[in-house]
Amino acid sequence: MRIGIDVGGTNTDAVLLDGQLVLADTKAATTQDVTSGIVDALDALQRRRAFDPAAVTAVMVGTTHFINAIVEADRLAPTAALRLGLPATRGVPPLVDWPDPLLKAARAQPYLCHGGHEFDGRLIAPLHHDELRRAAEDMAVRGIRSVGITSVFSPVNAELEREAAATLTEVLPHLHVSLSHEIGRMGLLERENATIVNACLRELADHVCRGLTQTLREFGLTAPLYLSQNDGTLMDIDHARRYPVATFASGPTNSMRGAAFLSGLETCAVVDVGGTTSDVGIVAGGFPREATAEVSVSGVRTNFRMPDVLSVGIGGGSRIRERDGEVTVGPDSVGYRLREQALVFGGDTVTATDLAVAGGLAEVGDPAPVRSLDRRVVRAGLELMATEVAGLVERMRTSPAPLPVVLVGGGSILLPDRLPGAESVHRPDHFAVANAIGAAIAQVGGEVDRIFAVEPGRRDAVLDSAKQEATDRVVAAGAAPHSVQIVEVDEVPIAYLPGNATRIRVRAVGDLVLDTAGDR
Amino acid sequence: MSFQLELSDLPDLVRGAALLGTGGGGDPTIGRTLVAHALRRRGDDGEPATITVLDPDELTEDDFVIPTAMMGAPSVLVERLPSGDEPAAALAALEARLGRRATATMPIECGGINSTIPLLVAAQRGLPVVDADGMGRAFPELQMETFAVYGVNGSPLAMADERGSTAVVDAGADNRRMEWMARGLAVRLGGVAYIAEYAMDGPTVQRTAIPRTLSLALRLGATLREARETHREPTAALREALADTLYRHGEVLFTGKVVDVERHTTEGFTRGAARVQAFDSDAVCRITFQNEFLVATVDDRVVALVPDLITVLHLETGEPITSETLRYGHRVTVFAIATPELMRTPEALATFGPAAFGLDEEFVPVEQIEKPQVTVLS
Repeated sequence: MRIGIDVGGTNTDAVLLDGQLVLADTKAATTQDVTSGIVDALDALQRRRAFDPAAVTAVMVGTTHFINAIVEADRLAPTAALRLGLPATRGVPPLVDWPDPLLKAARAQPYLCHGGHEFDGRLIAPLHHDELRRAAEDMAVRGIRSVGITSVFSPVNAELEREAAATLTEVLPHLHVSLSHEIGRMGLLERENATIVNACLRELADHVCRGLTQTLREFGLTAPLYLSQNDGTLMDIDHARRYPVATFASGPTNSMRGAAFLSGLETCAVVDVGGTTSDVGIVAGGFPREATAEVSVSGVRTNFRMPDVLSVGIGGGSRIRERDGEVTVGPDSVGYRLREQALVFGGDTVTATDLAVAGGLAEVGDPAPVRSLDRRVVRAGLELMATEVAGLVERMRTSPAPLPVVLVGGGSILLPDRLPGAESVHRPDHFAVANAIGAAIAQVGGEVDRIFAVEPGRRDAVLDSAKQEATDRVVAAGAAPHSVQIVEVDEVPIAYLPGNATRIRVRAVGDLVLDTAGDR
Repeated sequence: MSFQLELSDLPDLVRGAALLGTGGGGDPTIGRTLVAHALRRRGDDGEPATITVLDPDELTEDDFVIPTAMMGAPSVLVERLPSGDEPAAALAALEARLGRRATATMPIECGGINSTIPLLVAAQRGLPVVDADGMGRAFPELQMETFAVYGVNGSPLAMADERGSTAVVDAGADNRRMEWMARGLAVRLGGVAYIAEYAMDGPTVQRTAIPRTLSLALRLGATLREARETHREPTAALREALADTLYRHGEVLFTGKVVDVERHTTEGFTRGAARVQAFDSDAVCRITFQNEFLVATVDDRVVALVPDLITVLHLETGEPITSETLRYGHRVTVFAIATPELMRTPEALATFGPAAFGLDEEFVPVEQIEKPQVTVLS
């Protein structure tokens, strides 16, 4: 048995799975401390279907907590961005173009120091340890507790980042350190941004990961605990603590993979309707389609691999208004206060959920208060929501043929069983907890990352063997062989080593075999 | 017509420059950041400064135009960012050598970061920028200029680095030798350097430059943005926008997923090749590059080659992808643009046609090449 948990901004969902079979699901409100919401969800799960915690073999958690902290510019550690690159690079300093609220929230402080490598392995400048110690002393004065260190060409040679970290922590032993070569790829600005974002989240990650471990232990769950990563694979809790940025895209990834799993569709559009927004993504051949344009998280340019998602401000808690005969939906929402403020829950705010109940699309709460709603408003509001969501699906579609649409998320009760332009509309069992299911059916990943000698004319053969090795690792880790795909191939020539030395990084992922016997 | 370029124009400009950069020319977003900061620094009362862009027709004999640029490997530029002072230092070094101040600067190429380097210099020095360039696109080498084709010497060339070091290269009338000497210096400086070269008066600009390519980049960048905002197929919008320009013709060569990118930083260039696999067949498009995309083949048949422009666009958004950011898994459209007639003359082809890159193929205009059926994306 496995437990999948999704900690969203509004709800914490939990599912209990045995192989491919969903034994029970539940929804609870997310709490500020994260962990008590999880306890509520686990208690509810236990009530739905009693299980022995000792029989659970793995707990998989997907969370948008970390990306939300960046989006909301809240709960961030005072952070330094230290770059090794002087006398080059000063024309585009660290944190350039970061939005003000984020800079303020992280009390972000840039430091430009000497160091960095040339592409061919020469030094741009050696480290000036005095300069680094002065930077550390300044950080101490400013109360900085976390640092992101980025050195020019560190994917080729990482030694200066490690050395600088050692010097800084001599002065500030408790400083959290994030090193760019462990987080990003070539492209200094994007890698540096991802590293600083990671640094901003390090304290929060410590806190959340410690809380998670403790909470689950107190519940009697001794199974290994994993967090979902951007590509749908899992990382252990200790890795998550150090690399919280790796969870950033796990929300949409889990929802799309969960939807594909529940509906049995390999290629479809997925509409995930929450309390505040509807997110539309595309699953092609079982994988979420990746965003290809510049990915910016809250105004910060990065080069993360993220699923391609379009959002609109329509959710279960969206406020409904009428002015001059025109009905509007959202974009503001009562959010997690839906259960106090919506008419069907005895409140006095007209929400999208009230329209769904009045229109006969859903049975939620007490239908009496919505009977007095103007029928015209109800019809216009529901039509508007269906049209807007159908429009998003249309925008995401890249082939002329209509796609099947899978509706998931608690708010998907707002949508009708037919959408304009959709080949068909699916509302699979357990649709409301697709994210938690996505977490529980996580994929396994396998990576090869080392330096190969690429003799002239042998490149294809070397790449093929690296791909095979990555594939073998995924299968060895429990993936179904036919499901394995190569998702990333990265080559960095290491010019300062002899023999055409090249750092080759290949990443493969595959579906975990989900039969009970294979469960570990 | 001359106009004022504003801070808010930069996103469209760099998007268009990335397109005309035909895969090379260096990451223009770095240029955008540099120019944006220079404009904010020079502005008054929180209002950013603007840059005067001069129409080439308005230049006179009294004008003295010195183009400024970056040279080197784009794959180095994205890591080893500039200090921002190098191009203006190169300009000052060339002015000192020539004993004459520039009245304006100009791009040597209208693609990639080199559309923005003259803007940076202009913002720092308060100079105007001429709306023209010497490549009508981006090319990897300094002699590959319409300036050179039509009789202007690149020498003397001044180079500067982030440490304040400068050098002047003077190879007389031999622009190839100038390129070769300057390239050697650029490698010593870490693979990227900043230069001023091809100083000339107003009438010479009018005779030898490809006119109005900055405003063209601005317009093509806006076309791609508007296509995305209105959910229009980006290549259809581009074809329409190109129809009444010097470039006239654009067409889709291929669509598919990038399955391989081979890339090396050698001799001050980024060299390599990419393979794109069709979505619904076994067809493979191969694109070779030396900073810029040079040749595209589909199943080993040439479908477009230099000096026609080969661009790679993100399939869904139409956003141009440069050769150093292209990677495994990208879903792309390969799109070709016909080069202006001024760049297809025998003397132009001798300077930057296929043979200048050591290729055996004869140049055939892209609109005349018979192509396999374009793969319709699935």
